[in-house]
Amino acid sequence: MRQSVRVKTLKIDDRDVGAREDQTLLEVCRENGIFIPALCHLDGLTPVGACRLCLVEVKGQRRLLPACVTRVEEGMEVNTATERLKKYRRQILELFFSERNHICSVCVSNGHCELQSLAQQLGVDHVHFPYRYPRLPVDASHDRFVIDHNRCILCTRCVRVCDEIEGAHTWDVMGRGINARVITDLNKPWGESESCTSCGKCVHVCPTGALVEKGRSVAEMAKRRQFLPYLTLMREGKQ
Amino acid sequence: MSEKVRLATVWLDGCSGCHMSFLDMDERLLEILSKADIVYSPLVDFKEYPDGVDVALVEGAVSSEEDERKIRTIREKTKILVSLGDCAVTANVPSMRNPFGVDAILQRAYVENATVQPQIPAADLPPLLPRSRPIHEFVKVDVFIPGCPPSADTIYFAVSELVAGRIPDLSARARFG
Repeated sequence: MRQSVRVKTLKIDDRDVGAREDQTLLEVCRENGIFIPALCHLDGLTPVGACRLCLVEVKGQRRLLPACVTRVEEGMEVNTATERLKKYRRQILELFFSERNHICSVCVSNGHCELQSLAQQLGVDHVHFPYRYPRLPVDASHDRFVIDHNRCILCTRCVRVCDEIEGAHTWDVMGRGINARVITDLNKPWGESESCTSCGKCVHVCPTGALVEKGRSVAEMAKRRQFLPYLTLMREGKQ
Repeated sequence: MSEKVRLATVWLDGCSGCHMSFLDMDERLLEILSKADIVYSPLVDFKEYPDGVDVALVEGAVSSEEDERKIRTIREKTKILVSLGDCAVTANVPSMRNPFGVDAILQRAYVENATVQPQIPAADLPPLLPRSRPIHEFVKVDVFIPGCPPSADTIYFAVSELVAGRIPDLSARARFG
């Protein structure tokens, strides 16, 4: 049985748009061809508002709101591309680059990386913050996959796809703040994980070169994630 | 002659790939040289960095005390300083030593991997800085051209704009890596 769906009308960048009441600002923007960058969001996974790239200005709100977890409201007035937002988005990307060791030129995901291409798209030509150069491990203990923590931006797509779609919940996050890291099982080497089914979904939803297939050389790791909307659709029983 | 733009190119801690890409401009170099003189470069034979340079393209990260001394001199004597390529812009591959520290990498390079006479050189080599860093962490940089290396087309566009007295907009042409 289909329930009747209420429609909300709101203004985004001075354009009148209509939306279902259960939609988020990010969904509505993308439906209407309004570009909002995001790295943690992926269609088919529960939104978490982790990367903060989708922050927008909502009239009457003093703070900025992440579009991926903000529901539409009647009469909302939203700005998605003010100079202030563009500046903050560039700064967020720069913080990602300075926080770990993203060395694009020798990365297996060079040319197929969402962080790299967003930086180009939003006009990041250098990083204003001092680089941290942390010493981080690379776990290649799994037969087929590698996790390189140097490239991880903690978007948690891997955690969510493993939990919500594969149902294994091999991945989780350990530590807080700058020390946070994704882990397999209870911080065991990936190759010794008892819960991992080796399905590879985490690898293909990862936006950067943090999760990759073994044996790929520089710029060879293109991700395939066509499966995700399809699996989600099947699971929800929508046709 | 005196109306020509005074152009310099500099090679710090990089692989010279950006200079190779510069040379890949091929015959377009002649067009640039009709408007600019190369007054300092690893490709020509001037020993001292001269005064009154209009545009300097600097390849490479700042990794040693010598690099740091050079980049400060270049900044003093140059109007427009350009970070050319990922090593200059991000410290790129040279920065991969940073998490390990100078002692560890000297040990690895000169002792563990040496087949004859393993020893860390004590003289004739400029001491390494604790970390290899991008140029703009030392001096003000006016133009950034990311890329490993930036393509000859990108360099041609940037240098053409610079010798014409304009600051190039590279947002559509350059990316990290």
